[in-house]
This record gives sequence, C-alpha cells and structure tokens, in this order.
Amino acid sequence: MVPLSYYLVLSGILFACGVTGFLIKRNIITIFMSIELMLNGVNLSFVAFAAQWHALSGQVFVFFVMVVAAAESAVGLAIIIAVYRTRETLNVDRVNLLKL
Amino acid sequence: MTPNLHLWLIPVLLLVGAAINGLFGRRFSRQIVSAIALGFSGAAFVRALWIALQLSSLTLPHVESLAGWIRAGDFQVDFAFYLDQLSLVMLLVVTGVGFLIHIYSVGYMWEEGGFYRFFSYLNLFMFFMLTLVLASNYLLMFIGWEGVGLASYLLIGFWFTKDSAASAGKKAFIVNRIGDFGFLIALFLMIQHFGSLNFEQVFHSVSGMPAETAGTGLLTAIGLLLMVGAAGKSAQLPLYVWLPDAMEGPTPVSALIHAATMVTAGVYIVARSHVIFDRAPQALMVVAIVGTLTALFAATIGICQTDIKKVLAYSTISQLGYMFMACGVAAYSAGIFHLMTHAFFKGLLFLAAGSVIHAVGGEQDMRRMGGLRHHIPWTFWTMTAATFAIAGFPPLAGFFSKDAILWKAYSSPYGSWVYWLIGVFTAFLTSFYMFRLWFLTFFGEYRGEAVATERVHLADSSLAPAPHEHGHGGIHESPKVMLIPLMILAVLSICGGWVGSERFDKFLSPALHGVSTGYTTEDASSSSAPERSEHGVSEGLLTSISILAAISGLFLAWLLYYRRPQLPQEIAQALGGFYQAVLHKYYVDEIYAVVFVTPLIDGSTRILWHGVDRDVIDATLNNSAEGAREVSDAMRHMQSGNLRSYAGWIAAGAAVVIAYMIWMGTR
Repeated sequence: MVPLSYYLVLSGILFACGVTGFLIKRNIITIFMSIELMLNGVNLSFVAFAAQWHALSGQVFVFFVMVVAAAESAVGLAIIIAVYRTRETLNVDRVNLLKL
Repeated sequence: MTPNLHLWLIPVLLLVGAAINGLFGRRFSRQIVSAIALGFSGAAFVRALWIALQLSSLTLPHVESLAGWIRAGDFQVDFAFYLDQLSLVMLLVVTGVGFLIHIYSVGYMWEEGGFYRFFSYLNLFMFFMLTLVLASNYLLMFIGWEGVGLASYLLIGFWFTKDSAASAGKKAFIVNRIGDFGFLIALFLMIQHFGSLNFEQVFHSVSGMPAETAGTGLLTAIGLLLMVGAAGKSAQLPLYVWLPDAMEGPTPVSALIHAATMVTAGVYIVARSHVIFDRAPQALMVVAIVGTLTALFAATIGICQTDIKKVLAYSTISQLGYMFMACGVAAYSAGIFHLMTHAFFKGLLFLAAGSVIHAVGGEQDMRRMGGLRHHIPWTFWTMTAATFAIAGFPPLAGFFSKDAILWKAYSSPYGSWVYWLIGVFTAFLTSFYMFRLWFLTFFGEYRGEAVATERVHLADSSLAPAPHEHGHGGIHESPKVMLIPLMILAVLSICGGWVGSERFDKFLSPALHGVSTGYTTEDASSSSAPERSEHGVSEGLLTSISILAAISGLFLAWLLYYRRPQLPQEIAQALGGFYQAVLHKYYVDEIYAVVFVTPLIDGSTRILWHGVDRDVIDATLNNSAEGAREVSDAMRHMQSGNLRSYAGWIAAGAAVVIAYMIWMGTR
C-alpha cells in the first residue's frame, strides 16, 4: 500500500502548481485551468485521507467539490466569453476596470 | 373674591399684533398694517384703562397664574402676572404712551420701507415691556427684560443697511449684556438662598431678615447685582454709552423705547425690589451715588451736543439719573412719579424733535435750524410745553416730580445735602441745555440750506422706496396724525404733575411699603412729612432754589443763544481743553475702546482665533484629515485592478495564516 504521505506530497505539488500558474499566467483560460488544478490537488488529499481513515465523508466532499467545480466552470467560461466579446482579449492584465 | 382680570390678555394682544404684521404684513397695504398695529395696541390700552377704573373693587396685589412653567423639586416658576399699584402705573404709562407713539409712527414712518416690519417690532416691544411690568416673578420679568433688549436692538438697527445704525444696535445689545450678567447672578443668588423667584415669596423671606446696616452681606450683593442690570438697561454710569448711539433708530423708537418706557425698566426693578434695597443701605447708597453722578455727567455732555436727538438722549440719561437718585434715597414713589412725568414730556420732546426733523428734511444738526417757530407752530408750542416741563417750571409736570426728588434727596434718612446740591445744579444744566435746544431750533434766523428734496436718512437707506410724495417743498408742518399725539402728550406734560407727589406716594404706598415691615415703613412714610427735615430747612426754600435754577438756566440760554449768539464761541475758546473734553463726551467711548474693546479684540484675535481655533482645533481636524488622506493614498495602490496581484495578496495572506497556525501548533 502506498503510504499516505506520498499522496499528500503529490497533492501539495499539484496545489503549488495551481497557485504558481494562477499567479504567473496572463491568459484567463490558463488561470482557470490552474484553479481546477488547485481544486483537484485538494480533492486528492481528501480521498487519500478518506481511504486512510476509512471514512466516507471525505469522498462525499470530493463529489461536492466536483459538482461545484463543474458549475463554476460553466459560469466561469460564460464570463470569459463575455469578457472576450467586450474587450477582445484574454489577458487579465488588461481587464483592470475595477482599478481605482 | 376679585374678578378675574385676564391680565395675560394685555401682553398677548400685542404679541398677536406683532405676529400678524410680522408674518403677513408684507402682503398688506399700509392702511391695514397700521390698523392692525393701532388696533391691538389700542385694545391693550383700553384694557389697562378698564382695569384701572375697576381699581376700587380689587384687592391688590392681584396675582394671576396662567400656567406652570418650571418645576424642579421645590423650585417652581409659573407664567403668572402680578398687579399692584406700581405695575398699574407702569401698565398705564407703557400702554398709553405706547399707543400715542404708535399713532405718531403711522405718520412718521408712512414713506419708509419696511413699514410692516416697523410696526411688528413696535408691537413686539410693547409685548415684552408689558411682560416685564406684569410679571410676578423675576424669571418672567427677565424674559421681558431680554425681550425689550431684543426689540430695542431690532429697532435701533431698523435701517440696517446703514452701517452706523447696525453697529449702534449691536453696541446697545452688547452693553446691555454686561448688565444682564449682573441681573442673572442676582437671580441665581435668590434661587440659592430663597429657593424661589416669586416676588411674594422672595420678599417674604427677605422681610424676615435683619437690615444689613453694619456690614455687607447677601442682600447687599443681590441689590448691587440688580443695580448692575438696571444700570445696563437704564443707561447709567458706566454703562450708559449705548443710549446716545441708539438715536440711530427712527425717532418714534427713540421716544418710546429710549426715553419713555424701556430705559425706565431699571428704575422699575429697583422700586420693585425695594424690600431688598431697604435692607441693604450700602446698595442703596451705591444706587444714589450712581444716579446722582449720571445725572450731572450726562447733563454736562448734553450742553455741547449739536445733534437735536443727541441732546435729548443725554437729557434722558440725566433724567434717569434723577430717578435712580430718588430710588437711592428710598423715595421710590418720587422716582416712579418722575418716571411717569418723564415718559410724558420726554416722549413728547422726542416726537416733537421728530416733527422738526421731518419739517426740515432730515436735518438733525441744530446749528442748521433756527427760526422754525413760525413755520411749524404746533410743533413749536407742544415742544415749548415739554421744554418748560423738563426744565422744572411750575406748574408743569416736571416741576412736581423733580421737586419731589430733590426734596427727598435732601430730607430722606438716606439723603444728604450733597445729592441735593448736585441735583439742583443738574436742574440748572437741564434747563440750560433744553432752552439752548429751544432757542437754536425755533428762534433766530433759519441757518439751514434750502431743504433737500429728500429726507437725508431716507437717501442713506436703500430700504426706502424711491419716490416720496412727502418730505419736499420746504419747511412744512407735520400731518395731523403726528400732531394729535403731540397735543395729547403736551396736555399730559402740563397736567401730569398736578396729582402731586404726596397723593402719588399715598397711592403707591401699599406696593412700595406694604410688604416691608418695621422700621422702613415708618421711616419712609415719615420722611415725606416736610416738617421733619433734619436740617430744619423748609421745603418751600428748597423749591424756590430749584425754580431759581430753572429760571437762571433759561436766562443763560437766552443770553448765549438768542441775545448774543457769538458768545458761546468765545466761551468755548476760553475754556479750551475742558470744552474739547466735554464736546467729545469726555472721551468715554475712546477710553472704553482702549481699555476694553481693543484688548478684547486683540486677545480674541491672537489667542482665541489664531492660537486656539486655528492652531489647535482647526489644526487637529486638518491634520487628521490629511493623515487619513495620505494613508489612503498609500493603500490605494493595492487596488490595482490587476487580478493576479489580488491573487498574490490572497496567497500571501493564506501563507501568513498557515504560518501562524503552524507556529501556534508547535508552541
């Protein structure tokens, strides 16, 4: 059996990749994908713990997260399309109308 | 059981009149405005007369409580009115003279702008004055006291676009504040020691106290503080400076407020509080000294004034000094008697002076008048009556009251021959400056230029409507509506004294001696008996001397201003510096400016404005606002609109939280 720590390290790496991608990428789509990466990193740690402790609640949480992430990506993609239509760019640095 | 007199109606009638004219008068025609003002003031006068006629069936003092006002523990103040002989006399004087002056004002103010405003203020003044006179406690009296000050301020500054009028109003108000300060402290002392401000309760408490003959104590303090208030309102030394300036107001205002009624409020309050003063001989002496000095001081200034209204203003101060002299020797009835006759003849003098000013087109300088007696005969004859009355010629009103005061000043147990001597000398001066005014105005050649087509003070005032139907076409007599009050007042100036001071004293005695018990009553009533003079001088002799003083004043004025008009110039040059000092009113205004006003303004500017307000209060506010702005300015760069920097902040924040949790966990 693979030790728990392996899963957790992989989960941490996935999350860190997601954060890094979120911070350094300018394309909205890529940023969006980084968010999914972070979510899945967390999911991995959930299921790992669930398997370790034989507790179903971790798995249930993961399903919740996946459902919410699916809904979120639907809304998020719609927003991205709307942004692209109005501003004709996907560069987040140029989507800065909320600046003071 | 006394019938319900509804005393409250009298002041409230005037308040209603003031309110109607003040609120809606702008839309009314002049006829309606004057009808309202005259109607309400006339109704008040009729009401007062009706009460006076019922006098025999009344039990005085009559107290009428209208409503509760302040209740705090045992302390209680009501809206209550108080009628006794003293307030009845005041009531009749105020409503009677006030009503006559209302009539006169209709003619005098007819062409002025702000006609409704004037009558609204005039009614308002009467309302407050009647509240003052009828109040049954010191607090309600104080309301009236402040209210007449307010009305006086409004009316002095009636032509408010004229700078001098506006500042004269302010001066009157501020100088009166100094007096009111003393009045208020006196009230606080009464509350503290007697627990009440009602006349009856206070006087009852006081009459149980021994007279402070040896030292000074509470009653002396209250008396002196009341005198400070009275000196402010009644223009006594050293607070008289506002009254001459108050002549900036329209002449009927000078007549009503600054001669006949409001300025006598101080005399009234001293007479009203006689129970306190009777037990505080030191305070009484201060009243007498202040009154005597003011009488002399103002009379000497009056000699050199050239403005006809200023002469009358100083004369008013001087006559008020007489009244205080009378009160100061505990001859309150003589003071009130003089108050009444003075209201008649001084009101008349001012109104007649207004008529003269009206006739010569707004000119107030007597040096540019002269020879007017043929042009304005009615004004001339009424003014003659008033002049002889104030100068103290028998059998006119002023003779009786002034003689009563002088006699009491000499013979009263508080009196002294010094008061009498100064009083007689002042009577001589009074006679002199009044006849100087009379000769300069009505005799000799007319010295003015051709009468201007517009009245001067109208031209100064942008309030006035441009075209005048009146006030042009040479020297002319005033309209009838102005002359009738003059005639009535002239009759009163002649006959007003015939009641005699003895009878007047007897009439007032329940109010002025009734509450006090013991020795004061005996002393005060016995002092009116002529044969009990300490010095053995008969009243007749003193009376002859004062008549002689009046006649010599007339003679001197005749010599200097009619017979040999060049003589005053020579005398003035001979006297040199002294003449200059008198001409400039002893530089009192200048001294006050240097001693009080300038330091006050400088101190306020440097310390309070620059130091406290600008450098502390404003600086605190401005600096904290500036600090907030700078911090915000630094912070606002965080909100760049850059999504990734937001994410960076979130990540950094999360990292800090996690680090904190780890640190907490490992501890």
